[in-house]
Amino acid sequence: MSDFSFMSARLRRGDMTPMEKLWQMSWSLIFWLCCIFAFGFAMLISAANGNLDPWAGPQLVRFIVGLGMLSALAITDIRLVLRYAYVFYALVLILLVVVEVKGFVGGGAQRWVDLGFMNLQPSELMKPAIVVALARYFHGVNMDEIGQPTVLLFPIALVFVPAGLVTIQPDLGTALLIVMGSAVIFFMAGVRMWKFLAVGVAGLAAIPVAWNMLHEYQQNRVLTFIEPERDPLGAGYHILQSKIALGSGGLFGKGYMAGTQSHLNFLPERQTDFIFTMLAEEFGMVGGLLLIALYIILLIYGYAIAFRCRHQFGRLVAMGITTGFFLYFFINIAMVMGLVPVVGVPLPFISYGGTSLLTLMLSVGLLMNIHVHRDVHMGVRGGFNDF
Amino acid sequence: MSITRDSDWTKMFNRRAAILAGGKAALIATLIGRMYYLQVVQSDRYKTLAEDNRINIQLLPPPRGRILDRFGQPLALNKQQFRVLVIPEQAMKVSTTLDALAQLMDLGEHERERIKKEVGRKRSFVPITIKENLSWDEMARIQVNAPDLPGIVIDEGLTRYYPHGQLAAHLLGYVSSVDEADLTGDPLLQLPGFRIGKDGVEKVYDLQLRGKGGTSQVEVNAYGRAIRELERDEGEAGADVVLTIDERIQSFAGQRLGEDSASVVVMDVHTGDLLAMVSNPSFDSNAFSRGLTTDEWKGLVNNDHKPLLNKVVSATYSPGSTFKLVVTLAALEHNVISPEATCFCNGRDPKIPQFQCHKTHGHVNMVRAISTSCDIYFYEVARRLGPDKIAAMAKQLGLGQISGIGLPGEKVGLIPTEAWKKAARGERWTTGETMNTGIGQGYVSITPIQLATMVSRVANGALAVKPRLVRPGVVAAQNGTIQPEDGAGAAYESLNIPMEHISILKQGMFDVVNGPDGATTARTGGKLRTKDPNGNLWLLSGKTGTAQVRSLSDAERAMYKDKPELIPWKLRDNAFFVCFAPSDAPRYAIAVVVDHALGGGGAFAAPIARDIMEEVLRLDPSRKPRVEGDQIAAVTEQPT
Repeated sequence: MSDFSFMSARLRRGDMTPMEKLWQMSWSLIFWLCCIFAFGFAMLISAANGNLDPWAGPQLVRFIVGLGMLSALAITDIRLVLRYAYVFYALVLILLVVVEVKGFVGGGAQRWVDLGFMNLQPSELMKPAIVVALARYFHGVNMDEIGQPTVLLFPIALVFVPAGLVTIQPDLGTALLIVMGSAVIFFMAGVRMWKFLAVGVAGLAAIPVAWNMLHEYQQNRVLTFIEPERDPLGAGYHILQSKIALGSGGLFGKGYMAGTQSHLNFLPERQTDFIFTMLAEEFGMVGGLLLIALYIILLIYGYAIAFRCRHQFGRLVAMGITTGFFLYFFINIAMVMGLVPVVGVPLPFISYGGTSLLTLMLSVGLLMNIHVHRDVHMGVRGGFNDF
Repeated sequence: MSITRDSDWTKMFNRRAAILAGGKAALIATLIGRMYYLQVVQSDRYKTLAEDNRINIQLLPPPRGRILDRFGQPLALNKQQFRVLVIPEQAMKVSTTLDALAQLMDLGEHERERIKKEVGRKRSFVPITIKENLSWDEMARIQVNAPDLPGIVIDEGLTRYYPHGQLAAHLLGYVSSVDEADLTGDPLLQLPGFRIGKDGVEKVYDLQLRGKGGTSQVEVNAYGRAIRELERDEGEAGADVVLTIDERIQSFAGQRLGEDSASVVVMDVHTGDLLAMVSNPSFDSNAFSRGLTTDEWKGLVNNDHKPLLNKVVSATYSPGSTFKLVVTLAALEHNVISPEATCFCNGRDPKIPQFQCHKTHGHVNMVRAISTSCDIYFYEVARRLGPDKIAAMAKQLGLGQISGIGLPGEKVGLIPTEAWKKAARGERWTTGETMNTGIGQGYVSITPIQLATMVSRVANGALAVKPRLVRPGVVAAQNGTIQPEDGAGAAYESLNIPMEHISILKQGMFDVVNGPDGATTARTGGKLRTKDPNGNLWLLSGKTGTAQVRSLSDAERAMYKDKPELIPWKLRDNAFFVCFAPSDAPRYAIAVVVDHALGGGGAFAAPIARDIMEEVLRLDPSRKPRVEGDQIAAVTEQPT
């Protein structure tokens, strides 16, 4: 990231032209993003036995549209982002409630809204929405106020309302991601360590209660995680087949489109949640490591953007998005390797799925926005001169 | 916000960011460690599991070996059968397809119900059997209408077929599906629809007939659908078993017996080859192989002629006067009476008058005692011998012993001795029992195959010939070495009975058929005298036997005196005839046992034996194997 000090005055004021902002974007980050997507694109072709349909083609279109949205978001004035953070949050929350009511009326676990050209999952959109909303809240709170418990009530409500809605959908995985992703903002905002410990202990104590509230299939997933061979043809089947696929891939894999486990349908959901398994079966441990390395590069960019940013809002959003992204890929890979229970978490930029990709592109767009507006001075409410 | 506050905040942020980054690094390291464990450390294990997943080994059942007669005529073979299957995923709608199919063939409501259930239970690409053993007409109709029957497939398979139906059913046995108790670890036995031998030769030679299963390694997907074949091992077809039976003689004998409950054994006196082995009435092995209906089964079980019993080896009889051959040889061996010495027969035993003869014979010497079957003579001889010496000779001639042909369910019979009675009944042996033994009644009990062995051993000059059902050269051929067939009895040990004794016995047996007052000549007006194909007279030598099943009371005797045909079937005497021919150079022996026959051995069993023997001799000059296949070609019969 080169030195743009000659334009620092304007940078601080944030009054750049759109072209200048585009120039300010980190195009190398876009390059790495394209690398990861290309990897996923190849895997989606393999999942369809060498065909663009039904997954790779649509996903490519979404990625290109997503790049446009990313750029548009990146050059949007960050003060507008801050100003409308709660509005955006409220809109997604309403969508979530709509889905909940519709799902309840429809009698099933429907998690999406039909937008015509794609099915939108509000719970996915909630992840960046909540990060921005929390960052906005903590942007206006100084170190002294953070110590007061009452200050934390509002942000806690911000987290637990949507988390509760998502839990009863029921989508435990996403709910946990929302809670964990939000916790990072609290943490980075300076909430005391002992408070996290207290919440952790309370959480542990609540496990028996929570266990009884879980659906039977969710309980089975957890039990199966503890002992995968418990029921090799039932709940444990997926994870067992996934481990067989991974293990049989070995160091260098079976070759592109030559994964027997994946192509003979032993592997469930090979285009979505278990796509890492197929990747590691066909390209071996080398392929898996390559993807993790690409993800680490993305993480480093996220950290760098957070450190370079001069305002708390940007830093918190950058950390929140980076950590959320980390949680995504960590939980997905850990799940397919049998390290954590099976939860429906896609592999970022690789798994097939519209909302997931869109959300991720928006998140990177936010990250890019922070990078472009890293030097802007922002007031508590995002005003230009109100500090 | 002051500068210090700001820098404090930055410090805190940096510290906490570092903690987070450290946590993430640790978690990523965990992922990589797990990856290393699965993909490098445990890789081999998972590779094996993946192959197991992917490769499905299917067994290919080998074609079952045939059972051939001594000239290569098939007695049991595999017939192509056609069955109609439906593959649900190819049928638009299974019920519509079945409706269409019902127009072309018989398809019961019950069957449709079963098919519907199976369709629901199995994956849609798994074919479901609609009907097996299609008739040619049904098959043709379905084939012609195939375009209108989506999802219907006709499949060829092999099914066991016995071309001669009831012929030799008892010795061939049948095949049927595998029971739990049959499982030996041979994976073939677990194949659905696999059949194994359940009786007779099919059972005894099952392993040889079965062959070795082939395998086909098929790549399958997670639902079990076959993607492609990776490797194929055809296995080994079952080997043929060649019997000593001559299908022509077997079927002639079966027809000659008609409806009677009877056994016939035709045996080569030198080699022991069983040319025919008939147990009548018979059943259709084909019906067993396809599965009997309840009515068929009841009909077989409730029939008092016992069609399911292989009487040749599994029915035991008092041999009656045929046992006198044994007593004669024992008498000569122990020299208890000189062949020229005579006894006087006035119809009653001089010592124990309750023991009677069937006639008054006057003075009888040994030869005449045999030819007239005089009981008084044999009462006396038996008294002089005692049971143990008779039993020893009976054993030597093969009575009361397992024949060695190995068919399932063979009975051993009983040759009584004093010790046996002591052990079995705890009582002393009585003279009356000795006398009963002397005429083949009482405790003596034998099987028809033992009778054939006995007469063969007499005919061949006291060589310990044993009956055999399978030609030995052919069995050896399986190991690649082909042994020429045994010569004319050279392999059998001598029983060390002096030739003079045998000659006296044979003279008696010759006179039975051909003598002026022989047991059969007297009753049949000399009709038993036969000619051989060269026109030579006096071919047959034999011995009759008539054994009481139950002694009739005086009242019954009076009642049936003039109308013996009114005696209930079950109470009638059993009729026996054992014989050999030609008399001067014996080659074939025949034993005939007819259950509950009116008229006894001479009138009933002997003509049957004579007719069969004529057929045997008629066929004799042409006794050259009709060569079929390498195995049989290798085994040529020694000319006589």
